[in-house]
Amino acid sequence: MSADLDQLESQSIYILREAYNRIDKLAMLWSIGKDSNALLWLCRKAFFGRIPFPVVQLDTAMELPEVYEFRDRITKEWDLDLIVEQCPPEEEMDQTLPPLTRAAARKTEGLKNLLRGNAYQGIMVGIRRDEQATRAKERVFSPRSLEGDWDVKDQPAEFWDHYKTRFPEGVHVRIHPLLAWTELDIWRYSKREGIPIVPLYFARDGKRYRSLGEKNITFPVDSTASTIDEIIEELQVTRVPERAGRAMDNESEDSFERLRSVGYM
Amino acid sequence: MPNSQLRIVIVGHVDHGKSTLIGRLLNDTGSLPDGKVEQVQEMSRKRGMPFEWAFVMDALQAERDQGITIDTTQIHFKTQQRPYVIIDAPGHTEFLKNMVTGASQADAALLVIDAGEGALEQSRRHAFLLHLLGVRQVAVVINKMDRVDFAQSRYETVAHEIKEYLAELGLFPKAVIPISARHGDNIVTRTDQAPWYLGPTVIEQLDSFRRQQVSPDQPLRFPLQDVYKPGDRRILAGRVESGRLKVGDTLRFAPGGASATVVSIEAWNNPNTVLDAQAGQSIGVTLDKRIFAERGHIAHHADSAPTLTHKLSVRLFWLVSEPMALGKTYTLKIATAEHRVTVEQVTAVIDVEDLSSTPGKAVHRNEVAEVVLRSRSPIAVDLAGDLPRTGRGVLIDGNDVVGGCLVIEAEDAAASNLTEVSHTVSLDERAAANGHKGGILWMTGLSGAGKSTLAMALERALFDRGWQTFVLDGDNVRNGLNAGLGFSPDDRAENIRRVAETAKLFADAGVLVIASLISPLRADRARARVIGGDRFHEIHVSADLAVCEERDPKGLYKKARAGDIPDFTGVSAPYESPEAAELVIDTGSLDRSEALAQLLDYVDETFGKNSLKSGKELTYVI
Repeated sequence: MSADLDQLESQSIYILREAYNRIDKLAMLWSIGKDSNALLWLCRKAFFGRIPFPVVQLDTAMELPEVYEFRDRITKEWDLDLIVEQCPPEEEMDQTLPPLTRAAARKTEGLKNLLRGNAYQGIMVGIRRDEQATRAKERVFSPRSLEGDWDVKDQPAEFWDHYKTRFPEGVHVRIHPLLAWTELDIWRYSKREGIPIVPLYFARDGKRYRSLGEKNITFPVDSTASTIDEIIEELQVTRVPERAGRAMDNESEDSFERLRSVGYM
Repeated sequence: MPNSQLRIVIVGHVDHGKSTLIGRLLNDTGSLPDGKVEQVQEMSRKRGMPFEWAFVMDALQAERDQGITIDTTQIHFKTQQRPYVIIDAPGHTEFLKNMVTGASQADAALLVIDAGEGALEQSRRHAFLLHLLGVRQVAVVINKMDRVDFAQSRYETVAHEIKEYLAELGLFPKAVIPISARHGDNIVTRTDQAPWYLGPTVIEQLDSFRRQQVSPDQPLRFPLQDVYKPGDRRILAGRVESGRLKVGDTLRFAPGGASATVVSIEAWNNPNTVLDAQAGQSIGVTLDKRIFAERGHIAHHADSAPTLTHKLSVRLFWLVSEPMALGKTYTLKIATAEHRVTVEQVTAVIDVEDLSSTPGKAVHRNEVAEVVLRSRSPIAVDLAGDLPRTGRGVLIDGNDVVGGCLVIEAEDAAASNLTEVSHTVSLDERAAANGHKGGILWMTGLSGAGKSTLAMALERALFDRGWQTFVLDGDNVRNGLNAGLGFSPDDRAENIRRVAETAKLFADAGVLVIASLISPLRADRARARVIGGDRFHEIHVSADLAVCEERDPKGLYKKARAGDIPDFTGVSAPYESPEAAELVIDTGSLDRSEALAQLLDYVDETFGKNSLKSGKELTYVI
């Protein structure tokens, strides 16, 4: 059964190495969640222990304390080149967005600030196709305009592992090495590799975070899964979507699509 | 735990019901998350439509409003047998690149055809592309059977037509299933409306498809992605695309030709020593010696090399509105190697409707054609039919992937009209007659470091002693041999390649060639070394930038500082010092005669009479 984890791992390493070779200035977004932790791990595998680019946290100061603790510990233990980018306040967001979506949009703006002045040409993000329907349409190498916009109607052809790696001036590219992974794959891989996990994912008093976000817009879901094995069991039978605890996704029919089309991860 | 996941693509003409079929599959297998059906009900109600299954898949507002699928998407579901990823590919012609993106990743395909309309142009095009993309497991579903009252005669007509077409491509569908996606007939449960149909349901058919496997028993192809240099190690990184490799194997690198033995397969956080690797694995290896190997080179075993070619025939599909034109140059990327290729011939443009073909001058968007490409540099390739991963590639124009192609024929460079003739006068004989060996002294360094001065002085000194010697000067060759080349990275690389090839001919003739070129980039010099082989000696004529700039014998630094010369080495373009030159001459601290003396000593020792008496074999590695 681990044959398909091996295959996923190998494909992600291939993508990471293509990105590192083809894209000049790279950085990786680290949300401290399970997916980007797995991505960090894959980077260490791809580059034999050393991550050759900075790791960026888009910080809204709204993460739970366990998240900050975890960040500081791992940064030290893994000797990460961490950049903490403070996101602008909610008042500066597009006020036509529904309120919770607006809170989420802060990260988009934080990312834009990070990219200002062509600081990075490539940003690696640990999103997956099975998380959300608009993410399912993503390319592995996904070009963005200067403003970070995603033109879903005109995406580049991407086949046979030949990715788009050339861009006009000012365009940056999102690189998605985990696109083909599922939530279950991430947990099985985390277990197999012994990847550290923020403890909030494990159930306490009948609740756990299935998807980890800021405390004002993310809520724990009902669960008794208090170990990785129990989470894996739970995921094989559940029909609750992964992002059920993400308030902004369900605010209006297209709230997530609007967020993504202007640059959300 | 379940069996491994299967990736299926669902293709077909626009409006023949692909998204509806997928919505049904998800719902009837219990794969939809809680609340999704209610959500879709609400979306349908708002638009004043009956329940629209397609909304399960069509994530974008525009898709729901226009009732079409934009772009390809992927969604996961499970049967009792195993998990699946469905790749939904849009049918509209203008979205062909998305269809290709989706379909290229699939293990198997479902081709959806409307029972009323039959196979239309896009149905055929998609079938053709499936074949081209390498998807060989196909089943056909004839949808909207409810609208033709499940008439067996209508089913037979449509089935017969598509089967005939597919057979011409060499595709034989595993099943042709009559369904109604809207009502769930023959998807998960067998319908009682078509008792005449005895074949599988959609789910039964899916469960009988197999995963596409790469056999490790094929010849080894290990294309390099990158070379990492942690500490004093050099790790060659890449993915094994076919075959297998083991520690202790001797690898050859095409097209460079270098050869070395695998010392280790590197792994991070793996407690066990890795001794072998096979197709599909991303790995890193270290070698027993330092050779010239870089991104794009393909490692293989000596007994099963890829073809080295300058001319190849490909079958291609074209994705963009600007047509592929005869005589135009594109970048061909196969595995990790990129080559500039020119379209020499459009042998056939294929009509996907009736599969007839006609020669042409251009290939337009959405067309499939056979084309002959020619490259200046040798390309290492396989035939797509033998080893798909090193036998197919993409064409790039500017920043964009504009087409995909499969290699169907590659003219072996060695077996072409340029067969090398063996000389009857051996190199040893020439060396004995001349009293010295032939070879290449490659003098590299900044402008003003003293290369030309030193080269001319050495030529004079050797000539006076009766040596066969000649200076190839960078500036001089640009007036003749390399007139027409500029200073872009590509042109600089080509300049150096030509000088290296010329120097090699001189060296073959027994001459000691003194090549004097700035040659600022390590990679370019490494390529020259591959051409020159063992006879290539890199001499770094070294002086600080400040010293060179003060000398400024041709006034070039002044012009470069004023911005009159773009990309001037040392000022506005990099100079990469040699890491392992055979000799370094520091003209900053030595005067002219000291520098010449040092160089003469080296030449005497390496190419002079004493070197001939040593009895060493003259072995030339190419």
